[in-house]
Amino acid sequence: MVHILQRKKASLLLEDGSLFHGFSFGAEIPTQGEIVFNTGMMSYPESMTDPSYAGQVIVFTYPLIGNYGVPAQKREHQIVQNMESEKIQCRAIIVAEYSDHYAHPTAAKSLEHWLKEEKISALTGIDTRALTKKLREHGTMLGKIIFDTPLHEPFLDPNEQNLVASVSTKQRIVYGDGPFHILVIDCGIKHGILRSLSRPDTTLIRVPWDYDFTDEIEMYDGIVISNGPGDPKMCDKTIQHLRQAIQTYIPLFGICLGIQLLALAAGANTYKLKYGHRSQNQPCIDLITKRCFITAQNHGFAIEKNTLPESWNTWFINANDGTIEGIQHATKPIFAVQFHPEACSGPKDTSWLFDYFLQEIKKYKQQQTVLTQPHG
Amino acid sequence: MAEPPRKVLLLGSGALRIGQSGEFDYSGSQCLKALREEGIATILVNPNIATIQTSEDLANRIYFLPITPEIVEKIIEKERPDGILLSFGGQTALNCGLALAKAGVFQKWNVHVLGTPLEAIEATEDRELFVKKLQEINVKTSHSKAARNIEEARSFANDIGFPLMLRAGFALGGQGSGVAHDETELHFLLKQAFAYAPQVLLEEYLEGWKEIEYEVVRDHADNCITVCNMENLDPLGIHTGESIVVAPSQTLTDEEYHSLRRISIQVIRHLGIIGECNIQFALHPQLPEYRVIEVNARLSRSSALASKATGYPLAFIAAKLALGKTLPSLGNAITKITTACFEPALDYIVLKFPRWDLDKFKEVSKHIGTEMKSVGEVMAIGRTFEEVLQKAVRMLEVNMVGVVGNDLSFTQVREAIMYPTDKRLFAIVHALEKGISIDQIAQWSHINKWFLYKIENIVAFSRLLQIQKLTPDLLRRAKQLGFSDYQIAKYTGMQEDEVRSLRKHRGIIPYIKQIDTLAAEYPAKTNYLYLTYQGSEHDLTQEELSKKNITSPSIIVLGSGAYRIGSSVEFDWSAVNAVQTARTLGYSTVMINYNPETVSTDYDCCDRLYFDELSFERLQDIYEFENPKGIILSVGGQIPNNLALQCHEKNLRVLGTSPVEIDRAENRQKFSQLLDTLHIPQPEWQEMDTLEEIKKFAKRVEFPVLIRPSYVLSGAAMNVVFSDEDLEKYLKDAILLSPKYPVIVSKFETHSKEIEIDAVANKGEVILYAISEHIEHAGVHSGDATVVFPAQKTYLETTRKIKRIAKLLARALTITGPFNIQFLAKNNEVKVIECNLRASRSFPFVSKVFRQNLIDLATRSMLGEHIPPLDKSALDLDYVGVKVPQFSYSRLKGTDPVPSVEMASTGEVACLGEDLYEAFLNALLSTGFTIPQKNILISIPYDENRFLFLEQVKKLHDLGYILYGTEDTTRFYNRFGIPMYMLYKVHEEKKPNISDFIMTKQIDLIICIPGKYSIVERGDKYVIRRLAVDHNVSLINNIQVASLFVDALAQKRRSPQVIKAWDEY
Repeated sequence: MVHILQRKKASLLLEDGSLFHGFSFGAEIPTQGEIVFNTGMMSYPESMTDPSYAGQVIVFTYPLIGNYGVPAQKREHQIVQNMESEKIQCRAIIVAEYSDHYAHPTAAKSLEHWLKEEKISALTGIDTRALTKKLREHGTMLGKIIFDTPLHEPFLDPNEQNLVASVSTKQRIVYGDGPFHILVIDCGIKHGILRSLSRPDTTLIRVPWDYDFTDEIEMYDGIVISNGPGDPKMCDKTIQHLRQAIQTYIPLFGICLGIQLLALAAGANTYKLKYGHRSQNQPCIDLITKRCFITAQNHGFAIEKNTLPESWNTWFINANDGTIEGIQHATKPIFAVQFHPEACSGPKDTSWLFDYFLQEIKKYKQQQTVLTQPHG
Repeated sequence: MAEPPRKVLLLGSGALRIGQSGEFDYSGSQCLKALREEGIATILVNPNIATIQTSEDLANRIYFLPITPEIVEKIIEKERPDGILLSFGGQTALNCGLALAKAGVFQKWNVHVLGTPLEAIEATEDRELFVKKLQEINVKTSHSKAARNIEEARSFANDIGFPLMLRAGFALGGQGSGVAHDETELHFLLKQAFAYAPQVLLEEYLEGWKEIEYEVVRDHADNCITVCNMENLDPLGIHTGESIVVAPSQTLTDEEYHSLRRISIQVIRHLGIIGECNIQFALHPQLPEYRVIEVNARLSRSSALASKATGYPLAFIAAKLALGKTLPSLGNAITKITTACFEPALDYIVLKFPRWDLDKFKEVSKHIGTEMKSVGEVMAIGRTFEEVLQKAVRMLEVNMVGVVGNDLSFTQVREAIMYPTDKRLFAIVHALEKGISIDQIAQWSHINKWFLYKIENIVAFSRLLQIQKLTPDLLRRAKQLGFSDYQIAKYTGMQEDEVRSLRKHRGIIPYIKQIDTLAAEYPAKTNYLYLTYQGSEHDLTQEELSKKNITSPSIIVLGSGAYRIGSSVEFDWSAVNAVQTARTLGYSTVMINYNPETVSTDYDCCDRLYFDELSFERLQDIYEFENPKGIILSVGGQIPNNLALQCHEKNLRVLGTSPVEIDRAENRQKFSQLLDTLHIPQPEWQEMDTLEEIKKFAKRVEFPVLIRPSYVLSGAAMNVVFSDEDLEKYLKDAILLSPKYPVIVSKFETHSKEIEIDAVANKGEVILYAISEHIEHAGVHSGDATVVFPAQKTYLETTRKIKRIAKLLARALTITGPFNIQFLAKNNEVKVIECNLRASRSFPFVSKVFRQNLIDLATRSMLGEHIPPLDKSALDLDYVGVKVPQFSYSRLKGTDPVPSVEMASTGEVACLGEDLYEAFLNALLSTGFTIPQKNILISIPYDENRFLFLEQVKKLHDLGYILYGTEDTTRFYNRFGIPMYMLYKVHEEKKPNISDFIMTKQIDLIICIPGKYSIVERGDKYVIRRLAVDHNVSLINNIQVASLFVDALAQKRRSPQVIKAWDEY
């Protein structure tokens, strides 16, 4: 039996000097990053492969992790079907009680095996609740996972790097061959968004975050700005491109980082939340219908209230803390949400937003056809 | 949504019974609080007098009356409420509501059903309709067909194929359900099912599928959330009430979790539920296949569990939604700053373990399956699976020290795992200890391997403890895996105390964590706590606590643990009342309890709730952290009471009567000596260890004698024996007699009256007392007796003697707090049989009838308040209260429904009346008893008894009943000129036969009196009583009760049903 006491001791050192002792169950590689907590109770494979976690170390508040192992990655038409990207994106994970054994028909390997394969370090035996409370009170902190010897390098804030550039696709990829052409700006896209948009009637054109599409807007019937890691202000190029796109009438749908980029393009401001929303239980109220939706979220930045220009409306707000969760242009089919309608992990209660977007695309295309007809 | 109602009628759930327990006291109480907050007047109907919901301050008006359509209609007529709530009182309230709706009562009196509409309830209750409804939205239910008679059912069975599952509609806890593997088994089940239900459902048997539940909440604006999901460790085939259940699910992927969640919401929206409901799924262990098993359109046992597991007050929210509020408009009661429209995130694991009492029923099969047999449950909270499983096992209080370390062995381990009993977990442990592989065990049990690996972790670690040096790391890990100090001591050859001091020396202590619904995402001022070793810091700071202690010192109140036979909701009432009084007096109150079916585990009940073990180890942990003024352990029944002496030895301050005195009353030898010193009579008794000695004793005092083992061993029951043969048989079958295990034998007093006194004393002076009498003569356990307060037929002389003895004992034991003494009385001779220096089962009953809260008084005395003796006598009451037991025989297949010295009832009800008869009849009706319309079957042994009952038989005849009897009984009464028709006994196989008459419902009431107490009668009488129970025919099995019933019946003919609320007496 491998039991926790036979594992190598390792610790987490936070930038405020506090130290949490645990045991290593991943790759034994010292690492560092921004320490964030996620309160979802299952779904570690989805979270760990979410590119928005680039540069971060995930603390799972649910204590038992690894129970159902890790599935073999399944791909269809280059889209990963059962994870959110091709590899583990976070820098490390921290759990309270790693399950040495797993049991599930879809499992191909243990979480430990996967972590070691992908050279990602992981700690177990940590009081993740105490750690979470510290992060909540102090705000998100930088931290290092250390083994035998202390890590002498200084703490590096991953948000000072362009994380988006590191996770975005390097080339243009086309999926499907439907009549509706959707430009997908990949800032670190979750494959769940690709899965939600791939339909018989769509063609997805996935491009790098800084791809300049401004000369070819008329080639597309809609634009999606994906989620992604880090500070939205690092994506200056994307913001510039979007600033032009919103001058047109092309349907635009931003998700997570996408909403922040859109807001910045519109002239609003964004700020860093004290500790972000990373969970599957965030209630968001649709201000038009007053309906409340449970949403999955993963973001550390948000739109600053009262900075949206007049032609924009707040669409959703967070029922817990009142932060902006969705915006909408007053007259154009441009909208965005801070949460993840594609879920994975989490509830899909707002997946209707994709249908709504496609309807807008159809309307737009019809109008385009009418407009262009006289010219032949 | 229309205007909110002005006056609302709430239906309770009546007596606690298997399948419907204390969870509805929790949901009803929460509901009343929610309505009170909105300023809505409330009327409650519930004959369960021991509940919190029937306390004076929760509802505006309370009726201690049966929850039957007939009576509820009369209450509606009188009170004219404009709204009614049906979903807070279990299946009892729901069925009553459906019957009232069908009869057009709500329409007639313009009463609106609040919350989930009736059509939705009907769609969930009628299986056929349910399946159809779900088909409309392409949601899969198990292949099933409803049949209205045996022939139909058999033909459907051929279509579905064996094995198949049979379910009876409208049944609480799956009564009359089972798995049929062939035609014979099917026929057997069908006969039973049709005795209870107008239709049965046959469905594909999903053996080995996972069983998953979701608790769903929806408001009228269609906001819909799932508050909690739960996974049964025991796969399908074992009723969820019989299963070990964890929350949240442990073996589901995100995809699985969320697809079932999505279906839950889809179904609940389609059905149109408003409020709370539970949906159960079967999930294929290998394939992405699911089936919806059922939806409970009401608060349930699972919702109570989910509330406690998450901290989300489901019943409270459901009540608000029923009034037309929306989820986003309601706040999160724990964080106070976030909304109720969210799904809790847990950062701990919760495990529920059922509590069975099957050893009390020798004839009942120990196998568990699709029918519920458990009488209660425990819930453990922790941060590793091993921790919660070990905690839960100890919480059961069935002499298990944890998952491992028990002296249990199984000769046929394969059978014990394949055909589960209440001990399956231990059979699995045994198998793992024997080296049987997890694959093998998984194959036998269908239990998901993840759970088995975790159990194996415990087993493997117990080996490590035996062979490795106990390093601090090893010790800490042992604690994280839920090992108690006692278990560690056992494996390492140390003393429990040594383990404790070693780990404290090493700083290995449990950490106090909060349940905050959001996994620490938001700061929460929650007082809902548990302890875990998977941690490195407390959520509460000791500094804050000690600061608070200066202004308001804390008082720890120990709750009652799991509901079980002999300890039920009455101790929850006592514990909650003690907390309330201490709170009023300015103390900071701390509750320790782990029963999810209680009000005492509602975190708004006290200042700090520790949802944790009631073991001495855990009490010490909490005590050291809290440093309280003292502990109250006399209001939670026997579990806390048993900790008294240990508290004393380790210098933990106990409030009220000194633990030394408690021991003096509990220890038979010491107590007997005390009685002798005080010249208080007691039945003769002696402790002996040889058959000859016992025979000699029995000869001297004359048979019958009562024998009980003087050591504790579950299953070894006490018994009354009438002869040397009886004695030999009992000693051979039931217990092992040896110098190490002596027995206590006492003279069994027949034809004695049993009388109880419940009282409160302060520093040895009695402040208030209440004397009640039993209808049944001695020989029936006091928990199974019909109790009358104030005593109606006790001589003044006897009363005087009882009072005097109570005062003597109070003084001698320097009692401060509650106590109860039981007496035998015969010809004004009074003997003491038992004395408990704690609140008794009847405290809520006498408190409410008397309108004097004995617990409030007791708590005040224990806290050192000055209370002058109260000059209030029960003789001044011009009404009567009668408490009757509720049995669950119909669920315990094979038991002989007969009273004995061992308690068998699972609950009780009590009603008030202008006189004894009225109160008695109301109480009897509250247990599901029906007044006979026409035909009565009588079977009484011995001419002596028959003669005693002669007048009553005449009265029954005069009332116009047609009487049937067994051979000798008929002959006897015919001799006195009373017409009575003879029916052949079942084994005689001649017609007219008793069994035909019962099965075709030609008998409305059976009076079947046993020959001797406690001797298992496997003969005809047993068959008659069992048939009565299995075919839902009212049964009376005690001659004094039968006699009272006849008098009450005669009187009822003369006066109409009185509908009086508690405050109108």
